[in-house]
Amino acid sequence: MNKQKVIFGGTVIIAVSLVAALLVALVLLAIGASPLATYKTILTGPLSDLFGVTEVLVRSVPLLLVGLGIAISFRSGILNIGAEGQIQMGVLAATATALALPHLSKGFLLPLVLLAGALGGAIWGGIAGWLRARLQVNEILSTVMLNYIAAQIHTFLLRGPMLDPNELETGSGTPQSMRLPDASFLDQIVPGTRLHTGLILALVAALLVWVLLWKTTLGYRMRAAGAGAKAARYAGIPVERYLIIAMLLAGGFAGLAGAVEVTGVHHRAIEGISSGYGFAGIVVALFGMLHPGGIIPSSVFFGILLIGADMTQRSARVPANMVLVLQGVIILAIVSGQSFLRNPYAQERLMRWLAGLAPWLFKSKKGVQP
Amino acid sequence: MSPDVMIYNVLCLAVPFSVAILIAALGENFNQRAGVFNLGCDGIMCMGAYVGFMLPYALKSAALAPYGNVLGLVGAMAVGAAFGLLFALVTVTFRASQGIAGIGLQMLGWGLSGTLFRHFVGGVTGVEGIQVWPIPYLSKIPFLGGVLFNHNPLAYVAFLLVPASWFLLYKTPWGLKVRAVGTHPRAADTMGIHVDRTRYQALALGGAMAGLAGAYLSLCQAKMFSDDLVAGRGFIAVALVYFGRWSPLGILGGAMLFSIAQSFQLSMQVWGIKFPYEFAVMLPYVLVIIVLALARKARQLGPTDLGKPYNREMRF
Amino acid sequence: MTSLEPISELKLEGITKRFPGVLACDGITLDVRRGEVLALVGENGAGKTTLMNIIMGLYRPDSGTISVNGEVVQFRAPGDAYARGIGMVHQHFMLVPNMTVAENLAMGLKDLHHFMRLDIKGAAKKIREVSERYELPVNPDAYIWQLSVGEQQRVELVKTLCLGARLLILDEPTSALTPQETDDLIERLQRMASELAIIFISHKLNEVKALSDRVSILRHGAVVFNGHTANHEPSELAALMTGHEVTLPRNEGSGGQGTPLLSVRQLRVRGDRGNLALDGLDLELRAGEVLGVAGVSGNGQREFADALAGLRPVESGEILFQGRNLANNTPRQIIDSGMGYVPEDRQTEGIVPSFSVKDNLILKDFASKQFSRLSYLSRKEIDRNAEQLKERFDIRCPSTSTATGSLSGGNIQKVILAREIARGPKALVAVYPTRGIDMGAQEFIHSQLLERRREGIGIILISEELEEVMNLSDRIAVIYKGRILKVLPAVEATRERLGILMAGLTDTDPPPAAGAPSIPAAGAAHE
Repeated sequence: MNKQKVIFGGTVIIAVSLVAALLVALVLLAIGASPLATYKTILTGPLSDLFGVTEVLVRSVPLLLVGLGIAISFRSGILNIGAEGQIQMGVLAATATALALPHLSKGFLLPLVLLAGALGGAIWGGIAGWLRARLQVNEILSTVMLNYIAAQIHTFLLRGPMLDPNELETGSGTPQSMRLPDASFLDQIVPGTRLHTGLILALVAALLVWVLLWKTTLGYRMRAAGAGAKAARYAGIPVERYLIIAMLLAGGFAGLAGAVEVTGVHHRAIEGISSGYGFAGIVVALFGMLHPGGIIPSSVFFGILLIGADMTQRSARVPANMVLVLQGVIILAIVSGQSFLRNPYAQERLMRWLAGLAPWLFKSKKGVQP
Repeated sequence: MSPDVMIYNVLCLAVPFSVAILIAALGENFNQRAGVFNLGCDGIMCMGAYVGFMLPYALKSAALAPYGNVLGLVGAMAVGAAFGLLFALVTVTFRASQGIAGIGLQMLGWGLSGTLFRHFVGGVTGVEGIQVWPIPYLSKIPFLGGVLFNHNPLAYVAFLLVPASWFLLYKTPWGLKVRAVGTHPRAADTMGIHVDRTRYQALALGGAMAGLAGAYLSLCQAKMFSDDLVAGRGFIAVALVYFGRWSPLGILGGAMLFSIAQSFQLSMQVWGIKFPYEFAVMLPYVLVIIVLALARKARQLGPTDLGKPYNREMRF
Repeated sequence: MTSLEPISELKLEGITKRFPGVLACDGITLDVRRGEVLALVGENGAGKTTLMNIIMGLYRPDSGTISVNGEVVQFRAPGDAYARGIGMVHQHFMLVPNMTVAENLAMGLKDLHHFMRLDIKGAAKKIREVSERYELPVNPDAYIWQLSVGEQQRVELVKTLCLGARLLILDEPTSALTPQETDDLIERLQRMASELAIIFISHKLNEVKALSDRVSILRHGAVVFNGHTANHEPSELAALMTGHEVTLPRNEGSGGQGTPLLSVRQLRVRGDRGNLALDGLDLELRAGEVLGVAGVSGNGQREFADALAGLRPVESGEILFQGRNLANNTPRQIIDSGMGYVPEDRQTEGIVPSFSVKDNLILKDFASKQFSRLSYLSRKEIDRNAEQLKERFDIRCPSTSTATGSLSGGNIQKVILAREIARGPKALVAVYPTRGIDMGAQEFIHSQLLERRREGIGIILISEELEEVMNLSDRIAVIYKGRILKVLPAVEATRERLGILMAGLTDTDPPPAAGAPSIPAAGAAHE
């Protein structure tokens, strides 16, 4: 990304955030909450102590992983809305693997479990990719449908075949699996908190995705397929194959996120384990301009929002569904802003305005050409 | 139980199931005919369901109580139209990518209806809603009477909307404009048709219909509201438009096929056929995927400019 | 239509319009009166179409005024222009394919729009009236997609007249017509000119000479010449148009004696509608020749090119390239076999617009040993390659990191050509290689193609510009309804002879020299 693009993108993101904040403020006013107080709670509450910070990071790990996968798929020209279902399939695959091999040593079991999770998600994503590539099924619709199907499979397994026998005995009936063997846990980074080594894993993944997309021939092919499918086809790139690969990877990252949640946080499969990360991941990826360098901060930002929203539910009685509203508004604002980004008129005008406002932004380079 | 009674039961149940997806899909058809792919339909249905429920609920003890249901329907349509216009602002005026914007609108509608419901209502509460209204005489016809003429008033409206939307699309000036801007917007523009304005109108109408579809779910079918009341029916409606090849009659066929499958699944449980509940629930979604896989290659007569923003000053 | 009074004069003064990075119109002043034909001439990108879109109210000018009958007007949409009697036939027809002729017209006739009722019969009646009056036969109930290009052109004319236009703007109206259809159109326009005003946009100077009374020449968005057509020779106008003497290079050799390189036998391919678009096509390309494929667009050119590139399944038949059958091979296999390809739509098929120039230059070779090691792209080599090709092919871009989509058409085409030629192909398929690009770039591309020919590459040139085909080819194959009707040596090809073949009539003997009506003859009659 060149400098002008970064400056421009940053400006758009800031503008988008302001617009979204204003719109959501209207909703907050409608339900009788003070927007300023609510925003203050959301943005500063989670960061008030070390524990809060670690919780934010715990949330940002799955967001980062899911967001990376979504960036891969969007860059490849396939709109993956199915991360939610892919996470759940990852959770199931990881849990089943860990429970099936309780005696393996950690060195074997943990990678195996994570891999299984990724595989579970990849298969679920791959189905949508295959349907799109071979049968021209709109991937947005198919992934949405696959989300509902995955949710039902998840529920079915947790209430039936995978239900913890203890639950059956005590009769409390909480639909959840048995606790995983200790050898499958991700270690804690900060003792006494839930922050686990999944964070490091996710950061490494971000680096790998960057290398993949911009430094390798596979990434070149996928980006070409996404940015100009026809031209890619003329150049001998079998676009359909790369759509499937992109969906396998996107699903794989979402599945990995599910596996990380199981092995790092909950240590068993429970209902509602994906808790909307699949949808939030879309916003994280868009907010991060579909670039790992942007998705990392963006995932932390949405980690703050998620925790902050929980806090406002308790303190200010703002329902946690508010997060969905916020995400929806942000998506609408971002896509509106992006069409701005593509419009050369607007670009030119905005850059001139910025150059007048903040000349230091452009100092090191040649400046703005009209 | 004899086979004809079973068929009768399945069909009687299928009609109410089809109403919401049929109305929403007919509305979405206007959107797509005008060239805009509105995946936010599901979110609009959530808002429609909420408003349709909320108005009669809030007016329960007010002087307007007798009109609560009607106001609920009107309110749902108004909110639906407003959401349609919001989507138009984003996709027509700002020319945003329609697929992603649709998901944004869906999240917004879903989240907003849930937020408002939790704040103003809280828990599960029922309303009286709109009752079934058998058509005098006609509902007494054996077999057909029960299948066709013993339903909620909105069901009749839904079925009348099929010929009505066909007429609107093919026999009126507005329909001509809608078809033109969805297929060749630049040609429409050179003929003095306001492309953006027509798309705004189509989205408002589509939104209003989605709102009405949502209100049917809360006010006529469930007679209550919850977060997951709509459960992806908006997406199913979008899929039906593809399946029906942008024709009202095709959409009706798809909606019936779909709801018969659903009522069959429900009837199976009633008949005591052993089948895990979760798998029965997932059946409609599986069906959508299958239907989409079979409905490909249908682009010829459809709106060929679907999904593309129009920019008059875009140069070739 | 509520015409105030019939338009008798249109005047433009100081019209300026700026697009990002381009000054499309620069203070243009023009006028046209009833009863005369004004030819507006200029290269592609000179600003002709932009100017006309401004007159029609599709674009708004940054400055300048338009006046009708001496009164300043402001058009905010095409409806406003029609209300004052100005109508335009666009180069890309403005017809909705899945609607009937009458429905297409009814869009614009607001007095047929009643509440909840569309008076489609009224539209059909109006069409019949106008088509009788101007002798332009049109069936109002036909669907547009059923009509040929020539018929659609007629529909456009009728539609524009039905809408009350008395000043017609015709934007490159002959670009998709056969020479005979072109002659026919020019004749009709001459008859209509007495009661209308016509602005005729073209870069084909013989047509300009035949039809127009006055001519204005645009260059880089400004009017550089005004004059009476009768007083100036086409060569003079051509020099004014390009700003310098341009002589497009010609193929002077008489090739076609090389060894056979590619032979296509009984090729059958289906089109998008499932019809047999290619129905037993036979063709042979030899090394070191340019084989022109001429024909009216829509006769299977697109499908032929797609099949050669491996992008369309071949139903039956063979594509033998150096003895190997390429039919139904993947695009990759075909590319690797040494086939180069310049696709029809350069913006979407030739390049990935958002990719940089250097990335587009390796679009076919990113996986080769030169540009990647163990799937890891070698940026240095990619940069070096780009700089080298930029130099060699005179690609004008701010830097090789610029997004390719932001370059001009000519430079995009150079990027594509550079990529294809640098791969050292044995055969090259070029589809409409110079469509819509300026003369300078055109000249460069033509000389590149001829140079490759001398090096022994076989080139298939598919083009709708007869001039181009005749200038560059050694042999010319005429395609009609999915078959090659005839292949003739370029030296034997004349405009008339090709025209007859393009219309599907086989000529067994050379045509009578002065038999068919031709444009110079029509022009002479007009003067």
